[in-house]
Amino acid sequence: MTDFLSQFFQQLINGLSIGAIYALIAIGYTMVYGIVGMINFAHGEIYMIGAYVGLVVLTAFGAASGLPVPVILGSALLISAAVTGLYGYAVEQVAYKPLRGAPRLVPLISALGVSVFLQNYVALGQGAYDLAVPDILSGTWSFSLGGQFDVTFSYSRMLIIAVTVILMVALTMFIKHSRLGQACRACSQDMSMANLLGIDTNRVISFTFMLGAVLAAVGGVLVGQSTGKINPFIGFIIGMKAFTAAVLGGIGSIPGAMLGGFVLGLVETFAQGYWSSEYKDVISFGLLILVLLFLPTGLLGKSSMEKV
Amino acid sequence: MSHYQNAGQGNIFADSIKHALIAAILTVLMLMPIFALHIEPPRPPETALSLSYEWSFLLYGAAAVFCFQLIRPFLSKGLSGLPRFTTPELTPRHQQLALCLLLLGAFAVLAFGDRAQISIGQLAMIYVILALGLNIVVGFAGLLNLGYAGFYAIGGYTYAVLNIHYGLGFWQSLPIAVVLAAITGLVLGFPVLRLRGDYLAIVTLGFGEIIRLVARNIDFLGGPGGLNGVSKPSVFGYEMALRPSQEGVQTFHQIMGWKFQTIHMQYYLYILGIFFAVCAVLVAIRVSRMPIGRALEAMREDEIACRSLGLNPTALKLIAFTLGAGFAGVAGALFAAKQGSVSPEAFTFLESVLILVAVVVGGMGSLLGVIVGGILIAVLVTTGTGFAEYRMLYFGAILVIMMIWRPQGLLPVGRRQVKVKA
Repeated sequence: MTDFLSQFFQQLINGLSIGAIYALIAIGYTMVYGIVGMINFAHGEIYMIGAYVGLVVLTAFGAASGLPVPVILGSALLISAAVTGLYGYAVEQVAYKPLRGAPRLVPLISALGVSVFLQNYVALGQGAYDLAVPDILSGTWSFSLGGQFDVTFSYSRMLIIAVTVILMVALTMFIKHSRLGQACRACSQDMSMANLLGIDTNRVISFTFMLGAVLAAVGGVLVGQSTGKINPFIGFIIGMKAFTAAVLGGIGSIPGAMLGGFVLGLVETFAQGYWSSEYKDVISFGLLILVLLFLPTGLLGKSSMEKV
Repeated sequence: MSHYQNAGQGNIFADSIKHALIAAILTVLMLMPIFALHIEPPRPPETALSLSYEWSFLLYGAAAVFCFQLIRPFLSKGLSGLPRFTTPELTPRHQQLALCLLLLGAFAVLAFGDRAQISIGQLAMIYVILALGLNIVVGFAGLLNLGYAGFYAIGGYTYAVLNIHYGLGFWQSLPIAVVLAAITGLVLGFPVLRLRGDYLAIVTLGFGEIIRLVARNIDFLGGPGGLNGVSKPSVFGYEMALRPSQEGVQTFHQIMGWKFQTIHMQYYLYILGIFFAVCAVLVAIRVSRMPIGRALEAMREDEIACRSLGLNPTALKLIAFTLGAGFAGVAGALFAAKQGSVSPEAFTFLESVLILVAVVVGGMGSLLGVIVGGILIAVLVTTGTGFAEYRMLYFGAILVIMMIWRPQGLLPVGRRQVKVKA
């Protein structure tokens, strides 16, 4: 029984930390969908670029430089967030802005193109192979529940959960109280009305893409610390999962994306732990399909009817 | 008066230099971590990563963006005066002529091509069939199917499994492969079709990946290595081989009194490819002219209006899905016969993207367009090693550029219309 309990706790911790990453990325999907009404297919790739930029910074300031760990990690997070934010901005300007008002499939195909392009762009620049991420924050904290094995809680997983929670609180405050946050909410309610009332909608859209990219970059740097390796193609599958999380929570809703991320992380970890890890990705895609089919409005979403 | 105008123009010029500079700086910042600071994987005794530097690319990128931003205002002003580049609107007569020319070209490759060109030709025919099939789903019905490679995989795996595990030949397996792929299309279509356009795209993507991942994990299907040693098709029941596999049976060459050459098999596969591609074209033309084709196109334009006119969107979408999947089944069986093997890696998401590129570049809904698109893709996929590295990079960029510049494709169809005389 205690064995079962400690295993359960272990899965819970793992699930929460991976769910935190999904939640960070899902926010990008959900905000863009809420405001522009399109699925930003390339968002997973933005996350991958964040992971790469983070690794470049870690390598440059690496263990040899003798800087304290918080400085190294902090600079990796900040620089990666800044550069990846630029990518979010550039992608929107180049690939989506000329397509405003086009039929639904047109921006989706364009986003697909961006996704394929960015994967191979990074593969070309940094090589299409796995890179091991140096373990800056090694060490674990373990406790026993009296069973056969101890529950381990690595510092990197703790960091992931802590940073995610802080960012989410900050984001919620920002969207609620700042002028730009209010403009975001206004745009997601009614874009043309917001425009009439003097809100610079182009600026809001650019900002949304940048904010999504910044959060994805943080996720990318953190997940590198947790999983230990990255390659140019990691964005696809994690992007799909984060999208599932966004839909699960109710696409367009920011608290929904957070909730969806954590729920998905937990479901996935428990399914893997108690059922099969060989079918890990099948489980994720199956979940995606089930959610889209049976819960398209999500847990916290509003249902909408298509009208003539 | 003129003084003010000059001042205004000076400002525009200063502004555009400022914009171009900012764009160039942003480009440098974006390119730097990807292209200038290259992460070197550690050499065995060491364990730490290191960085190597390469600044030239950064310089070129920044210069290119700077120049482009600088001339962009003038470019758009200059280009707006020029007539837009348009491809001629194709009448059905032109289209028939072009199709005949393409068929002639296919036979010319057969007559004069060497082994490598024949091989590209085989692949081109497979892509033509795939593009025509996806065109029914994406072009006619307007349902973005991102899991098309899944149906392609079902066709290929069906033939491979029937051949290796049950000893059936190509001609016995082909109908089963087509029917199985079509049934999969039908079964997957049922739940999917209630969904809106973009959700549908993601769900089909999920199905495509699941089909591939399942194939990867099942030993009966060969696991990650796939199935090898799929036999080649026979000719009217006679084997095309040096020696018959069973005693007392003649091979095709013995009957014809030919000397055996391995390239004959390649010719034969290519002819089969042309045969099936022509069949696919004929079916696609029929579909586009039948009431179903018209109804599909109408539904793409406005589903709600269609429903109020008494059309059944669910049935129509299912037909489109099933037909499209059937085409992929044929292509899959052909592919397995050509390669002599199937593996999960041949049917990845990127394969679906490639087929989509063929359809999008040619023009969604345009038969001639997607045929040309399919041939183009096959040629581009197989050409030289220099291109191969950047291949997917270009294909990604092509999708974006086509959507911005010409979402209707290079060879769009004119709308069928009747002019009423006054």
